[in-house]
Amino acid sequence: MPPAIEIAGLVKRFGATTALAGIDLRVEPGMIYGLLGPNGAGKTTTIRVLATLLRPDAGEVRVLGCDVVREAAAVRAQISLTGQYASLDEDLTGLENLILVGRLFGLPWRAARARARELLELFDLTASAQARLSAYSGGMRRRLDIAAGLAVPPKLLFLDEPTTGLDPRSRVQVWEMVREIAAGGTTVLLTTQYMEEADRLAQRLAVIDQGRVIAEGTARELKASVGGQTLHVRLADPSRLPQARALLDGNSPAGAQPVQREDMLIAHAAHVDDATALLARLGAAGIDVTWFSLAEPTLDEVFFALTGHGAVTDESEVTE
Amino acid sequence: MTILSGERSPHGTGSGVLGACLTLAWRALLRIRHQPFQLFDVTLSPIMFTLLFTYLYGGALAGSPRQYLQFLLPGIFVQTLLFLTIYTSVGLNTDLTRGLFDRFRSMPIWQPAPLIGALLGDLLRYAMAATVMVVLGLLLGFRPGGGVVGVLLAFALIATFCMAVSWAWMPLALRLKSPESVMAMGFTFIFPLTFVSNAFVDPATMPGWLQQVVAWNPVTHAVEAARALMHGEPVGSAVATTLLTGAGTVAVFAPLVVLMYRKELPGRA
Repeated sequence: MPPAIEIAGLVKRFGATTALAGIDLRVEPGMIYGLLGPNGAGKTTTIRVLATLLRPDAGEVRVLGCDVVREAAAVRAQISLTGQYASLDEDLTGLENLILVGRLFGLPWRAARARARELLELFDLTASAQARLSAYSGGMRRRLDIAAGLAVPPKLLFLDEPTTGLDPRSRVQVWEMVREIAAGGTTVLLTTQYMEEADRLAQRLAVIDQGRVIAEGTARELKASVGGQTLHVRLADPSRLPQARALLDGNSPAGAQPVQREDMLIAHAAHVDDATALLARLGAAGIDVTWFSLAEPTLDEVFFALTGHGAVTDESEVTE
Repeated sequence: MTILSGERSPHGTGSGVLGACLTLAWRALLRIRHQPFQLFDVTLSPIMFTLLFTYLYGGALAGSPRQYLQFLLPGIFVQTLLFLTIYTSVGLNTDLTRGLFDRFRSMPIWQPAPLIGALLGDLLRYAMAATVMVVLGLLLGFRPGGGVVGVLLAFALIATFCMAVSWAWMPLALRLKSPESVMAMGFTFIFPLTFVSNAFVDPATMPGWLQQVVAWNPVTHAVEAARALMHGEPVGSAVATTLLTGAGTVAVFAPLVVLMYRKELPGRA
């Protein structure tokens, strides 16, 4: 079986801007693969090339063994593109939209209608079947969007930022759907700027920054590449944070300064021993610790370590 | 009932060429059904033009409003349908800017199907607008000598002509950034095209140089043909000229549009 996605040296320019500066990527069939990166990193451009919407300026791009330029029709026959850029018809109802997509994928009218009703049921949208899409909430719209991609199940499903702008409950619903789709054997390539999403959903990840893949592997591997663990400390008296920070400085790995985030202090610890030593030092200085935790670094922190800039959007700052 | 049921044919073309076009025409019909007021927008100005021209200028131009209406109505009829050709491109641009074309273009369908589907859906809009105009005319005293057959023939000819002319605006739909700019740009072309013709006044009253322009304007021939067909008069070469102009427009613009559509559309990324 050929890889689901095989990209070598992909370059894409828009005028003077280089959106993709030589992407290499390989995705094996049947997995959920995450493309992680900040806005403008090149995630969407990569998906648009894979979905035959953009032509590469250089490089080799194959989807399920087919070249995206020379065998575009064969690629289209096996993929579904969903997400913020491949939308549905605002003026049609949910049911009509699904029938439309089913028909275009080759289902006869009757089968397209039956499948549309089935998908509405599965995605918990039956009550809104006759409502026009313009009346749908963000979460409903996203579910319908994913449902449309499954009208006739593809071998490879592209999900472009499937949960951007969704509330936490809708986000969890979408995650469950994506897992179910992958369990059925469909390869899923999703883009996200949320570390948590990549961490929880994707079996493998590529971190993209400024049009290049800067790291690739499982979430665990990426975290291990940063080394050590992360110590989070909360103080009884927040006004002593700068003092505590100064005390912890010097015990972190090179390049990783202790970070202050709200009332919390975050420091790297190569071993558990280092962490206890750091806590002991705070105790010796008379700084009371009300809470601490020792954990693997989050992907957020990994991204920061990889790029040197924390461009990844914070979960609370949802951008559309 | 499962989330994944059914399977793609590995090299299938989805629903086939005809199937895709008809499905997308069905979508266009649904849009008309869900937005019936849009047609009202489109026919409002021709209705006003008809009333204004007939009663304000009718007496001066043709002796009486009723007499002028016999001359005017086929002209307004052509103009109304030609205005609709702009709305085709406005609709296509809406699809493009909303990201619908990205979905269509990533699907295993005959790629120009969304364009053809939109044109097929337009036939209903032409029919509805034409009905409004003819009924209005009949109420005001328009009496076409060619009868029902003459009016239907005129409709068939002008609808065909308009489907051809629609291709000329599609490059705007595929290049401009918003439906509003397609509308503005489209009407910049269509206004002089329809007014600098024989649709409203007999060109014999115009200065010589303008008569030349009017004679060259394809709309003039379309109006001449519609007028002759509606009134059951000899059509001369007008029908053939109209059809040839339409064919020429398609021959020039359709390949260009399909090329633009297939190549790469200005993405929103």
